[in-house]
Amino acid sequence: MLAVGVMLALLLGIGLVLLLSARKWKPDENSVVEQINELLPQTQCGQCDYPGCRPYAEAIASGEADINQCPPGGEAGVKALADLLGREPKPLNASHGETKPPVVAVIDEDRCIGCKLCIQACPVDAIVGAPKMMHTVIADECTGCELCLPPCPVDCIDLVPRRRPFIWSVDTVEVESREAREPVVAEREHA
Amino acid sequence: MHDLEVGEHLYRFPGGLKLRHYKQIACRDPLARPDMPEALYLPLQQHQGPVGEVLVAQGDRVLKGQPLSHARNDREVPVHAPTSGTIAAIKSWPVSWPPDSEAECLVLQPDGADAWFETKALDDWRNADPADLVEHIRAAGLAGLGGAMFPTAAKLRGDWQQVHTLILNGSECEPYISCDEMLMRERPGAIIEGGLILARALGAERVVIAIEDQMGAVDKSLTRALAEHDPDDVCRIVEVTTIYPEGGEKQLIQVLTGSEVPHDGLPQDLGLACLNVGTAAAARDAVIEGKPLIERIVTVSGPGVQHPRNLVALLGTPVGDLLVAAGGLAGDVERLVLGGPMSGLPLASNRIPIAKGSNCILVLRRQDTRREQPVMPCINCGECVRVCPASLLPQELHKYLKAGNYDEADSLDLFDCIECGCCAHVCPSHIPLVDWYRHGKGVLRERGVEDARARKARQRFEAREKRIKEEKEQRRRKREQRERKLKSGGDARSEVQAAIERARAGSASPDEDGDR
Repeated sequence: MLAVGVMLALLLGIGLVLLLSARKWKPDENSVVEQINELLPQTQCGQCDYPGCRPYAEAIASGEADINQCPPGGEAGVKALADLLGREPKPLNASHGETKPPVVAVIDEDRCIGCKLCIQACPVDAIVGAPKMMHTVIADECTGCELCLPPCPVDCIDLVPRRRPFIWSVDTVEVESREAREPVVAEREHA
Repeated sequence: MHDLEVGEHLYRFPGGLKLRHYKQIACRDPLARPDMPEALYLPLQQHQGPVGEVLVAQGDRVLKGQPLSHARNDREVPVHAPTSGTIAAIKSWPVSWPPDSEAECLVLQPDGADAWFETKALDDWRNADPADLVEHIRAAGLAGLGGAMFPTAAKLRGDWQQVHTLILNGSECEPYISCDEMLMRERPGAIIEGGLILARALGAERVVIAIEDQMGAVDKSLTRALAEHDPDDVCRIVEVTTIYPEGGEKQLIQVLTGSEVPHDGLPQDLGLACLNVGTAAAARDAVIEGKPLIERIVTVSGPGVQHPRNLVALLGTPVGDLLVAAGGLAGDVERLVLGGPMSGLPLASNRIPIAKGSNCILVLRRQDTRREQPVMPCINCGECVRVCPASLLPQELHKYLKAGNYDEADSLDLFDCIECGCCAHVCPSHIPLVDWYRHGKGVLRERGVEDARARKARQRFEAREKRIKEEKEQRRRKREQRERKLKSGGDARSEVQAAIERARAGSASPDEDGDR
């Protein structure tokens, strides 16, 4: 009898503790969104059908969106998300676009009429300008999201490949040696 | 910890190699100057860090030693005109880093007059304010002449603890390179005076000049110069054992003090500063003669050149002109290397100009560069671990990098690798290990840049969202206010009337009164 009582008391006690702790320390929805957002490329391009990376992160967290809707993040991004959320990685959903090398927007300053439409479209405030004055893109801040292209009435914005730092490759030496052979002195020696 | 003075007892660093050094072939002749090149190509960036502001335009006439760019802080280094002439162009020209690339260069057409700009010497440097000395050295455009091209002024002042000993690094350990040896033979006095100047700028009490034990002539010339230029007995000459890469900053410090520079620290954390002997001589020229850094000694050597020797080259001289001055090429030359055979950079063209850190042009023939055997898989022999001077695990790093697991390589301290090339040199499978490490570092660095970029984009996006929300909120509040006012009836009407009156008064027409 006593044993049953003790067991019952224990059961209730532990149950109560678990219930309270679950209420008190419930998984923070925000921190999940934060972690997902951390993995997104922050291009803010909206190709995922959400108006920015954070909204997309919220949609993933709530189960509304899938993890394969971010073309700038690419396959690597999908994999990172899958790792975080404990899901199977899957190929990028092609209907959202495909992964492209990084670009920056450049405004042809001769053609710009200063309409401000691109400034309003830029999700990261990377375009500066005043009404009827030439606009320009702050290249360092541009994420290459392409959102400024459609509103431009004179089509004066181009996308150019972003300059990437040089990365040594395992055959850099070999490539070089081929090129170093010809130029050496030849012309100068006789000059 | 410093019971012993720096250099009083010599320690060892792990690993390293004994190499045949082939230095004497370039030391047989005294220093010479090549003919004045047809044009000098001056890269704006001849140092680590951002580029200064350009002061000249195409067509400007400049004098020898005139500053061509302006440094806005210690991390920027100005470039000076190596001779008098005209700025013919500012254009893209081949440079050494990154390999096979071009960068903005000032093209200076010499006029042959070699006329000096005003030179600003510092009188009585022995009693000068250290800050003035640093300022002088900065204005002279000094960047580490040992090869790393670190801005000298940024090494001389910063918020670190007091530097007690200045180490002048004269232990150039790579085979073939002998420009520092020549400098120490021919201008020992300049090095000692420069060392004293730098020590004063740093507030250091002692100067240690580290040379290799195989540099007999250097020891003699330096000792003689010490007697003349160092009355207070501040300098000490220390001969270190010739083991590659003992001339590396961290390795040299370990040899001289027995302590290691911390993983993410600086020599200054140990109370030390380490500068190349060439930098010391340049500091002397800057302070005592008021001459900016416009020339340096370059070793032109290797089996592919007729007459290996050391040349005093104006900065901006194309490599090809130096090869001509060294008697031209010999044999089936295949590769030009900037620096030594162990850690040098391949040069894509002989049009590449000499910059502040160009210590050696090595000319290699086909038979010198050809791989004897194909690259084979790693057999885990551990030779690379044995020779690594940074106590890394080269074979593990290679494994992770090859698998694309860059984070793991980073956690094994990939960035502590000094790219000395010892591991690749001893690898029985001929794996180009250093190339893998350079690749890995590049990928990790780019990733860091991308992450920083994403963080910034996120901040800007969030700031914009917040701003848009606030603006909306403000508009809503204003509208509500207006509506409330309109609802309160007569009050609003009188306000409209008041506004009309105000407008009338503002226009202030002469018949205003009549209207009323």
